[in-house]
Amino acid sequence: MSKKKTLEKIVLATERDFPIMPMSLGTMHHNRTGAWRNIRPVIDKEKCIQCGICWKFCPDVAIYVENEYPVVDYVYCKGCGICAEECPVKCIAMVEEEK
Amino acid sequence: MKKVIMGNHALSYGAQLGRAQVVAAYPITPQTQVVELLSEMCADKSLDAKFIKVESEHSAMAACLGASLAGARTFTATSSHGLALMHELLHWAAIGRLPVVMGNINRAMAPGWSIWSDQNDSLSQRDTGWMQYYCASNQEVLDTTIQAFKVSEALSVPGMIMLDAFTLSHTYEVVDIPEQEKVDAFLPPFRPKLRLSSEDPRAFGGLTSPEHYFELRYKQQKDIEKAPALVAETGKEYEKLFGRRLELIEGYKNEDAELLFITAGTTGYTARVAVDALREEGVKAGNLRFRLFRPFPFAELRRLVGRSGRRVAVVDRNLSSGCNGIFFQEVKSALYGHVDGMPIFGYVSGLGGRDIALEHFREIAADALKRQPPAEEIVWIGVRK
Repeated sequence: MSKKKTLEKIVLATERDFPIMPMSLGTMHHNRTGAWRNIRPVIDKEKCIQCGICWKFCPDVAIYVENEYPVVDYVYCKGCGICAEECPVKCIAMVEEEK
Repeated sequence: MKKVIMGNHALSYGAQLGRAQVVAAYPITPQTQVVELLSEMCADKSLDAKFIKVESEHSAMAACLGASLAGARTFTATSSHGLALMHELLHWAAIGRLPVVMGNINRAMAPGWSIWSDQNDSLSQRDTGWMQYYCASNQEVLDTTIQAFKVSEALSVPGMIMLDAFTLSHTYEVVDIPEQEKVDAFLPPFRPKLRLSSEDPRAFGGLTSPEHYFELRYKQQKDIEKAPALVAETGKEYEKLFGRRLELIEGYKNEDAELLFITAGTTGYTARVAVDALREEGVKAGNLRFRLFRPFPFAELRRLVGRSGRRVAVVDRNLSSGCNGIFFQEVKSALYGHVDGMPIFGYVSGLGGRDIALEHFREIAADALKRQPPAEEIVWIGVRK
């Protein structure tokens, strides 16, 4: 349950840097999908029962556990809201992003 | 060893000698015997390959793509509507850089349900990024299949081999079937640099943004542009081993010709008979037969057409509706700015498998010798008007 390491975006300067095929050069760690988000999950630690269901359900593995509480990694969280939907005590609010 | 075999079986023997490792195909007239013989070869172990039965041509090509990506030498065959059903995956193979080799029996597109010869099926796939070879004899079919594996794998570009329906696919000819050891010396095992592997897991063909797509197409084009030189080079290498040269364009009495036919497929051999007949009557005719059509052999065509002062008659067994014969369009475009004032005329004939015979070549010759350029309109040969 450790925090993911954020990796830098892979930059290909010219065609010579490219493989011949359309293929992945890194893992999804390089794909910083947090920019897709327009609503963000905010966890109320007071109400949280530390069940781990949000951590288990996150399709992007963007929730990690720190000091026994779930923490959202906003570099990767797309804001899909599955965590808020699945939370048995409804302690996750989906809040509109203001950018 | 010499054997009398049909054109379709020449494809099967080519795939066997090329040691194809995966064959996924769906039967369709007039291609069926290609697959029948390959399935027998897989069953009796004379070909050490996995034969994958599928429910459609779309699935056949999909299975070939997966197998090729996993590092297997992959072969399939189809025709007309089967090829059309594969269309989406033909792009997938080409841009995905998977060197699948396929036989396609040229058959007319329906409706007017037809099983007879016509090039519109393969020419409708002209822009998918596959190499296209057009054959005129069963020997050439077998030799081309072996060569196609070598060229495609070297460049990571898929290759399609065309046979005219029945005129070639079902015609029996003497074919020299080379020894396996000699073919192995010409064609080493397929060892792709990039492939599906649990040791180096990668995702292939995923979402590719405008930031990356363009360069992939640039690289694809740069590689397919190397093909004419490689076909010529491996063609000479093949000649050293087997005594038969595989050319980009086959010339017949073209050097001093005042009237030059340009053809593809078995029409090219009828053209040679016509050239001899016309020469006996005092017309200096000659013929060029495209063997490779994609990538287009620009330099070789310009070299063979050569000097100005001759007339060119392109004979198309295909039609781009609303435009003209496809070989005609491409020949004109390739010669533009290279040979001054050359009269080039386009003749559409033999659609839906109607014969293109000696008398039609006489008609073409008579027209081409008197017609005034420039000619944009289609000259129809053999249609009942």
